[in-house]
Amino acid sequence: MFETINYESRAGVAWITLNRPEKLNAFTAVMHKEMLAALKNAGKDKDIRAIVITGAGRAFCSGQDLGSSDNPDYGEVLRKGYNPMIQELVSIEKPVIAAVNGVAAGAGMSLALACDFRIASEKASFIEAFIHVGLVPDSGNLYFLPRLVGHAKAMELAVLGEKISAAQAKEFGLVTKVAEEEAFIQEVEAFAVKLASMPTKAIGLIKRYMNKSWESDLSEVLEYEALAQKTAGNTEDHKEGVSAFMEKRKPAFTGR
Amino acid sequence: MADFQSIKTKVEDGIALIELNRPNVLNAISRGMVAEIRSAFETFDKDEAVKVIVLTGNEKAFAAGADIDEMMEDDAVTLELLNQFKDWDQLHTIKKPVIGAVSGYCFGGGFELALCCDLLFASEKAQFGFPEIKLGVMPGAGGTVKLTKLMGQKKALEWLWLGEPMTAKEAEKHGIINRIVAPELVVEVTLKFARTIAGKAPLSLRLIKESVQFAADHSVHDGMQLERKNFYLLFSSEDQKEGMKAFTEKRHPHFKGK
Repeated sequence: MFETINYESRAGVAWITLNRPEKLNAFTAVMHKEMLAALKNAGKDKDIRAIVITGAGRAFCSGQDLGSSDNPDYGEVLRKGYNPMIQELVSIEKPVIAAVNGVAAGAGMSLALACDFRIASEKASFIEAFIHVGLVPDSGNLYFLPRLVGHAKAMELAVLGEKISAAQAKEFGLVTKVAEEEAFIQEVEAFAVKLASMPTKAIGLIKRYMNKSWESDLSEVLEYEALAQKTAGNTEDHKEGVSAFMEKRKPAFTGR
Repeated sequence: MADFQSIKTKVEDGIALIELNRPNVLNAISRGMVAEIRSAFETFDKDEAVKVIVLTGNEKAFAAGADIDEMMEDDAVTLELLNQFKDWDQLHTIKKPVIGAVSGYCFGGGFELALCCDLLFASEKAQFGFPEIKLGVMPGAGGTVKLTKLMGQKKALEWLWLGEPMTAKEAEKHGIINRIVAPELVVEVTLKFARTIAGKAPLSLRLIKESVQFAADHSVHDGMQLERKNFYLLFSSEDQKEGMKAFTEKRHPHFKGK
């Protein structure tokens, strides 16, 4: 179905694998289109309750494939390719996990930053590579990075462009977990399956309103919380959670 | 109430809820649908059990536009003779408060229908716009006029020329909608607000609506003349006596709409 990515679904989780290992999974125009289609599909599919994005081979994603585009207008490449993909990813009201298996450089790092969680292999690294070719971070990088690590650290990372190891990324609060290479996929799988079995409607609401918190004042957020709580309070999962608690059993959440 | 094909209606707690009901075509607005909305509006405007009218679509679309198939073969003369906008004009003559609850697509004729409402509550995922330019036409049921009144000439031209969709946030910024609501709760929150309004003095609601609508279209001087007359008029109502008496007696008033 796709040429540059793989799309599989199992146990309520959609696995999107960037699949140009010989090019370290660098982005091309086709890959942007396919990622957008895959994300839309995973967003719409009612059986999918969590999404994993990872890379085939030794890299997560090395950013733009500099040899693949002859469009000299980088602004248009972003508007047409990267930006819709990032917007779609953020608007999906399901948890999205970046399973960073190897290097995440440039826009590859941006993609990981736009996800809700990052799980890194001990072999993973992050590089704000843009500056090394005289460019600026893009694809939401300037939005997400300071929000994730704070302004001062973000400035340092973006301007110096030094390689960040998985351990450093953990220290900066960029990743949720660092896993040993041999156990990496199992750990990601376990994390994703766990999320997919949680009250995913509520997770979607948390994502929606936490994202909005960046552009809102306290009184707006208090109102968003009231709306979100009213919505969450109407879910089957809320009822299930309460009855499981009363009956002293494990809840079986369905995401409804 | 008549047997409607394109809309569904129900009355509860003083609120008449009208739902556009052509889900297979994203509630595309046909001439028949407008006639039915007009008929429902006029019936509810007279119905004493109804205090406020709420107009909504479904989760996917308030209404994605006018029914293109219906007008594709029309020419200027058939349109003039048909005089289809007569029904639209009547939507503005309703005296009771009309509140729109918008989710999803609200485009073209759908947007114009939403703009016929006194207040608009919209889902944070609602999208508004006038894409008519993309079909080589333009809005015909008040779109260019109302958008201009709401957002000013320059902004209105930009939106109408581009024909691109506007987010709820942009619509709120331009004063087109009153409130942005969580997508799951659009109708619920709107109905709750409608019930609050429904508890107010009915004649005040009516004359305030008339005064505000008039003010939007006339000079400050003319607006104030009408306001004054309406103000005096309320002093011949039982509700004014009751309202002021309750105020001095420190109790809740019981309004009768008389």
